[in-house]
Amino acid sequence: MTDIAAHPSHFHADEHGHEDHHDADHKPAFFQRWFMSTNHKDIGTLYLIFAIIAGIIGGTISGMMRVELAHPGIQYLGHWYEMLHGPGTADQAHHLWNVLVTAHGLIMVFFMVMPAMIGGFGNWFVPIMIGAPDMAFPRMNNISFWLLIPSFTLLLGSTFFSGGTGPGAGIGWTAYAPLSTSGSPGPAVDMAILSLHLAGASSILGAINFITTILNMRAPGMTLHKMPLFAWSVLVTAFLLLLALPVLAAAITMLLTDRNFGTTFYDASGGGDPILYQHLFWFFGHPEVYIMILPGFGMVSHIVSTFSRKPIFGYLGMAYAMVAIGVVGFVVWAHHMFTTGMAVDTKMYFTAATMVIAVPTGIKIFSWIATMWGGSLSFKTPMVWALGFIFMFTVGGVTGVLLANGGIDNYFQDTYYVVAHFHYVLSLGAVFSLFAGFYYWFPKMSGRMYNELLGQAHFWVFFIGVNVLFFPMHFLGLQGMPRRYPDYPNAYEHWNTIATDGYMIMALGMAIFFVNVIYSLVAGPKAPANPWGEGATTLEWTLPSPPPYHQFEQLPRID
Amino acid sequence: MLKTIRGTVLAMLMGLAALGAQPAFAQADASVQTVTPHPGAPTVSPAASAVAAKPADIQHLAPTPGIGMPTDHVGLQPQVTPIGNEAERFHDYILVPVMTVISIFVLILLVWVILRYNARANPTPSKTHHNTFIEIVWTLVPVLILVAIAVPSIRLLAHQYSPPKADLTVKAIGNQWYWTYQYPDNGDLEIVSNMLKEKDEVSGKERPRTDADGPRLLAVDERMVVPAGAVVKVITTSNDVIHSWAVPAFWVKMDAVPGRLNETWFKAPDKPGVYFGQCSELCGARHAFMPIAVEVVPPAQFAQWILAKGGTLKGAKTPDSTAGSPATEGKPASGPVPIDTPVAGTAAKPATSSQPATAQN
Repeated sequence: MTDIAAHPSHFHADEHGHEDHHDADHKPAFFQRWFMSTNHKDIGTLYLIFAIIAGIIGGTISGMMRVELAHPGIQYLGHWYEMLHGPGTADQAHHLWNVLVTAHGLIMVFFMVMPAMIGGFGNWFVPIMIGAPDMAFPRMNNISFWLLIPSFTLLLGSTFFSGGTGPGAGIGWTAYAPLSTSGSPGPAVDMAILSLHLAGASSILGAINFITTILNMRAPGMTLHKMPLFAWSVLVTAFLLLLALPVLAAAITMLLTDRNFGTTFYDASGGGDPILYQHLFWFFGHPEVYIMILPGFGMVSHIVSTFSRKPIFGYLGMAYAMVAIGVVGFVVWAHHMFTTGMAVDTKMYFTAATMVIAVPTGIKIFSWIATMWGGSLSFKTPMVWALGFIFMFTVGGVTGVLLANGGIDNYFQDTYYVVAHFHYVLSLGAVFSLFAGFYYWFPKMSGRMYNELLGQAHFWVFFIGVNVLFFPMHFLGLQGMPRRYPDYPNAYEHWNTIATDGYMIMALGMAIFFVNVIYSLVAGPKAPANPWGEGATTLEWTLPSPPPYHQFEQLPRID
Repeated sequence: MLKTIRGTVLAMLMGLAALGAQPAFAQADASVQTVTPHPGAPTVSPAASAVAAKPADIQHLAPTPGIGMPTDHVGLQPQVTPIGNEAERFHDYILVPVMTVISIFVLILLVWVILRYNARANPTPSKTHHNTFIEIVWTLVPVLILVAIAVPSIRLLAHQYSPPKADLTVKAIGNQWYWTYQYPDNGDLEIVSNMLKEKDEVSGKERPRTDADGPRLLAVDERMVVPAGAVVKVITTSNDVIHSWAVPAFWVKMDAVPGRLNETWFKAPDKPGVYFGQCSELCGARHAFMPIAVEVVPPAQFAQWILAKGGTLKGAKTPDSTAGSPATEGKPASGPVPIDTPVAGTAAKPATSSQPATAQN
C-alpha cells in the first residue's frame, strides 16, 4: 500500500512547488471546460452529475412501480398511460408496465451505477491515486462520456415510439428473443438496442483508457502490488468490461438484424435458437454484475482502512480476490438460465462453479472485518455506509449461494426472491458503496465538507427504507410471486404493501441526501486537504481540496 | 427414496391399468355390442359405462385454501411432490440455516468490532495487516461449507433428472397469453386454458371467476387435469415468445421456448387437489395474466374427464386404427395394459374426436 501521508513532509515541498506554477489551476472557459473537456476530474464530475440525474429518473420509475404494486389490481397504470400517450387499452397499460420494468433496469445498470462508479469515481480518483496527471487518452475520455448522452436520449425517447402492444420497449433489461424480435415490432426496441450499443461503446472506450492509464502511468515506485485497491478494482472492472461488452454488442447486433434484415440467429424457424441469445447475454450479463460491484469493493476497502486508522488487512488477498471474482465471473453465466432446459451435467457444473465465487467474496468480507479488528474506529458518514454495505452485501451474497443451486432454482427462478437477492447486492450493495464513496470523497471533489448530521440521517433513513423495501421480497419469492408483474393474487398483498412503505422511507432518505448535497455545496465549511486524519493514506489526500486543475506536475515518488 | 417413488407409482399403475383395460373389455365384447352411439351423448359401451358421464357432470374440484396457491405466510408453498419435499428439506434444513448463521456471524463480528474497537475504546490502532493462518482459515472454511451444500444440491439435481417412467405425457404450449395443453396419450386431446376474469371485467358471455375456480389471477376456465399419483411428463414449448410453465407446489418450472421441446416431470400427489402457478418468463403485455392450474383427480375421474373432453383413453383403439381389423389390439383383457408413454403425437389421429373410441365399431 502507498503510505504517503505517513511522510507528510515530503509532500509539503510538493505543494509549495504547485504554488509556483500559476497555471496549474488555470481553468478553461465554461463551454470549453465542460463540453470539450479533457480533464479527468471534470469528466468525472460530469459522469457523477449524469449518474445522479439518471438515478433520479430510474428511482422515480421504481417509485411508480412500487405504488402500483402497493395493492392488488391496476390502480395507476391506466392513468399514467393516458398522461404519456393519450387514451389506451388495458393491454397498452400493461405494456407500459413492461416499459417501466425495462427502463428501470437499463437506467440503473447502464446510466446510474456504471457511470457513477467507473466514469465518476474511477475518473476522478484512479489517476490521482496512481500519481498520474490525467488519463492516458483524455479526448477519448471525453467521448466516452458524451456517448452516454445520445445513448440515454435514445432509451428515454423509445418510450414514445411503438414497441408492439404499446409504445416503448417492454422487453426487460435482458431483452430476451423472441420477445425482443418478432414479439416487439416497431422502432422502440431498435432504439433501445442502439442505446445499448452506444453505452457499450462508451464503456469499452473507458475500459481501454483505464487499462492503459493504470498499466502505464503509475507514479515512479508504485508497483502493481503497491497500487491502492480502488485502482485495482477499476483495473479488474475494466478488463471485465473489455471482454464482456463486445459479446453484448454482438448479441444485440444479431437482435437488430433479426428484427430488421431477415436473419434468424434467434429464430428457430430459420435454424436459429432463442437460447443462444440468453447464453450470449449472460456471458456479458454475469460479469456485468461484478462490473457494478467491484469498484464498490475498492471504495469500501479504502473507507474501512481510513476510519479504522489501520492499513488494509490482507492487501494481496484483497487484490487477488477481486481478480479471482473477475475470472470466475466469466464461467458461471448459465446460472441465470437454469430453467431454460439445460442438460443435468451443465446444471451441475454451473451450480458448482457459481458457489466457488462465494470463496473470494468471503475473503473480502472477512478481510474488511479484520481491517477493523484492532483498529480505532470512528463512525463518520462514509464509514457507516461502508459498514452497512458489508452487512447488506453479506445478506445478498448468501441468498446468491441459495440461488446458485440449480435444483433450487426450479422454484426461485424469476420470482421476487431473485429480485430481493439482486437488490441486496446492488441497491444495498453497490448503491451503499456509491454513497460511502460519495461522502468519503465529497470534501475532496467539492472542497467543502458535507453535513455530518444530515449524512448520518440519510444513512439511517435509507438503511431502514431499503430493508423494509427489499426484505419482504424474499417472502414474496418464497411464496412464488413472479417478477415483472403489474398485478398479483391477493395473497401477496401484505408484503407488497410493506415493500411500498419501505420505498417511501427510502425516498425520504434520498430527500435528506439532496438537501445535504445542495446545502454543503453552498454553505459547507471549507474542507482541508485531508479531513480524515492519518488513516487516509492514498495520494488524493496529499492534494488540496479540491485538487488543482492539473495535479502532479511533478510526479510523486512512492517508496 | 426412489424406491418408494417406484412403489407408489406401481400401485398407481395398477389403478390406471384397470382403467386402460376397460376398452379392452369393450374390445372383447365388440361382437355383442348392441349400443349405437348417438351424437351428443358420449360413451355407452357397457364396460366404459363405469366412467361414462355427460360433460356437464364433470365436477371441478374447488381448491383447498393455502394449498397449491400463495398465502401471506413466511416460507415456501407446501410441497406435494417427492422432489418438492426433498428440495423443501434441503432449503429449510440446510440452506436457510446456513444463510442465517453466516449472516448472523458477520453481524456479530461487525457489532463486536464496533463496540470493542471504536476510537474511544481503543485509541491506539494496531498495525496488523497480515495473518496467513487466519486467511487460510477463512478461505478453507467457506470451501467446506460450500462442499457440504453442494452434495445435497447435486443429489437433488440428479433426482430431478431421473424421472420414473411416465404414466402420462402432457404438452404445455405457451401462447400470448394463455396455455394450451395437449394430451398425446389421449387422442391428442387439446385443452385451451385461459385466465378467468372477475365479475366486473367480463364482457359478453364470458364466465366470471368464482371462488370455486380459485383465487383471482390464478383461476382458469380449463385446468390441466391429471390423475392422482401419476408420474406426469410435461413437455413445454411455445407458439410465439418464451413463456415459463411453473407450479410452485410441485417444485416445477420449465421455460416454454419456441422451436424447442423442453421436458420436465412431476409426480402428482395421491390426494386430489388444485395447484396453481403463473407464467414465469416475461412474455409481453399480459404476462401476469396467463396462470397455470393443475387439477389432480382420481384416475377414474380423469378418464371421465378425458372422455368428456373428447379424448380417448390410452390403449383404446382410435376409429382409424381399428377400422380394418377390430382385434389388432391383441392385449390380454385381464393383464395390465402397458402405459408406456409414447412420443408425443405418435398416437393415431384424429386429434379431437368427439366420440369415445370404444363406441365406434
